[in-house]
This record gives sequence, structure tokens and C-alpha cells, in this order.
Amino acid sequence: MQYRKDELVFGIKRALPIVMGYIPVGFALGVMAADAGLSPLQMGLMSLFVYAGSAQFIAIDMLSSGVTAVPIIITTFLVNLRHFLFSASLAPYFRKIKQGFIPLISFFITDESFAVSITDAEQRPLSHFYYFGLYITAYSSWVVSTVIGATLGNLIPDTKALGFDFALPGMFLALLCMQMKNARFVLIALISGFLSIFFIYTIPGNWNVILATIIAAMIGVFLGDEN
Amino acid sequence: MKIDVNYIYLILAMGFVTYLPRMLPATLLSKRKIPDFFVKFLSFVPTAVLSALLFPGVLIVENKLNIGLSNPLFIATILTFPLAYKTKYMFATVLVGMGVVVLHNYFV
Repeated sequence: MQYRKDELVFGIKRALPIVMGYIPVGFALGVMAADAGLSPLQMGLMSLFVYAGSAQFIAIDMLSSGVTAVPIIITTFLVNLRHFLFSASLAPYFRKIKQGFIPLISFFITDESFAVSITDAEQRPLSHFYYFGLYITAYSSWVVSTVIGATLGNLIPDTKALGFDFALPGMFLALLCMQMKNARFVLIALISGFLSIFFIYTIPGNWNVILATIIAAMIGVFLGDEN
Repeated sequence: MKIDVNYIYLILAMGFVTYLPRMLPATLLSKRKIPDFFVKFLSFVPTAVLSALLFPGVLIVENKLNIGLSNPLFIATILTFPLAYKTKYMFATVLVGMGVVVLHNYFV
């Protein structure tokens, strides 16, 4: 397949808001890991192999309170099950890329990288160059920022005052607006958003995103075909 | 806390159980026809996921629901919504919203 520099660059550019969101969160995770007694190397290896923000926060919290391996692994699996839906949603668009790359590219599916790439893939067909550009940029920023956090610990400046905590929500907001094709999508967004908040308070264990998504998307299916 | 070789096995196992749900559907479904019902369901997944991430992300601050003027993320979301909706431009939405948060932190 021919080299597509334009798509690679496009992917890297589209990763920018993700990077801005990952840096402060990665720092925070690294600082927490250092407090729990992990070395920067151990932090970096976890980010390299697992690459899942919320699961890593939970795992480090469990490690520091002396929880054994099996519950940590099970929790990680459950917290990351939502990626199943993302992976299935991307499958039709992955038909256009070289099949041998799919097992590699899908390693990099996160909430954020999924959200950006599905939106772009809906606009036009994209080759694996786009996915590598987007996914590896986001991945590198995550690994590096968690290592820096674990190395510098509490020397990390307060990124909250600079508004970085709006980077990911702002990105989700813009991507959500791109999805608003008709009133049905607006309705589904509202249902899913409020369900997600509702489940945070009613069901323990980070099930809110996956439950809200499944219920809201099912409602979408049963609403019928009219626009 | 003491960490030994077991740590490596732990993160490898964590990586494996994270990788499976990421890899299997994309790899298996990209080769076959997906039932219409499921295609329709999947067409709503991005909208539902984004909203399920956005709402708690901006409305819950330090474990408390805060739908009010004292919540900078909520204010930034409201103020950047027209921009996001009109331009669909991700980076501008992020930057303007961050500016709103900075001003909010400074003045409120």
C-alpha cells in the first residue's frame, strides 16, 4: 500500500487535543504511582502494556492498599470492557485498511482515540497511516507523561489552573456536536449523558459509560427509522 | 510497598485482559457481514459514548454533582457549545474552553 503522508499528518494533528488532555492526567497518575512506591520504569511499563487511564488509576490505588493480583486483573478487565463496543463500532471502517494491521491498531483504542477516529472515519475513508498517526501520537504522550509524573512527583506544576482539565471534555463536546445529525441523536445524547451520571451514583465499579451507552443506543434502535 | 518480578506478570496480565476486548471485535467483525440490527445499534454508539463521558466529566466535580456558576467546566461547556456546534472545530473548542476555565478560576 502506498505511503500516505497527508493522512499520517492529519492523524497526528487530530491527536493534539488528546495529547493536551493526556498530559495532565498522565502527570497525575505518575505522581500517584510514585506516592504508592512505583518507580518511573514500573510506571512506564504499565502505561506501555495496559494503556488505559481509568484502569491504571484504579490498579495503582489497589496496589497501594495491598490488594493482590487477581482482583486487580479482574477489575482491569471489567473497567476496560467498554472498549469492546468501540472496537465493534470501528470494525466496518477497518475494512478499508490492511487486515494484518487490525490486531496492532486495535491495541490503541481508548475512549479518546475511539471518539476522534470514528468521527473522522465517518467523514471519509482513511488508511492505516491515519490510524497510526493518531493512535501512536496519543499513546506516546500517555506513556511519556506518566513517566514524567512518576519521576518528578510533586514538582509537577498545577495544570488545573491553566484550564487543562477542560481539554478532554472540550474535545468530547466538539465530537458530540459532529454526531448531531438529527433530533434522534440529540435525544440519545441527552439520555446517555443523564444515565451515565445516574449510574455513577447508583452502581459501583465504573459501569456508567458502558451501561449508559448500551441502553441509549438500544433506545435509538427502537425509536424506528424516521429522521 | 514492595514490588518484585510479579509486578511484570501483573502488568502483562492487565495488558492482556485489556487488549482482548479492544482487538477481538475489530478483527473478527471486519471480515464478515454485521446484522442490520447491530449496525444500527453501533451507529448510535459514538453519540452515546461521547455523551456518557462528557456529562459526568463536566458536571461532577470532586465526586459532587455541580450544575451551577461555581463549576468552571460546566460554564466552559455552556459557553463553547455554540462554537462547537457551529464550527465543529475541535481544537478551537478546546482552547476557548480552557481560556474560559482560566478566567473563571481567576475571577470567581
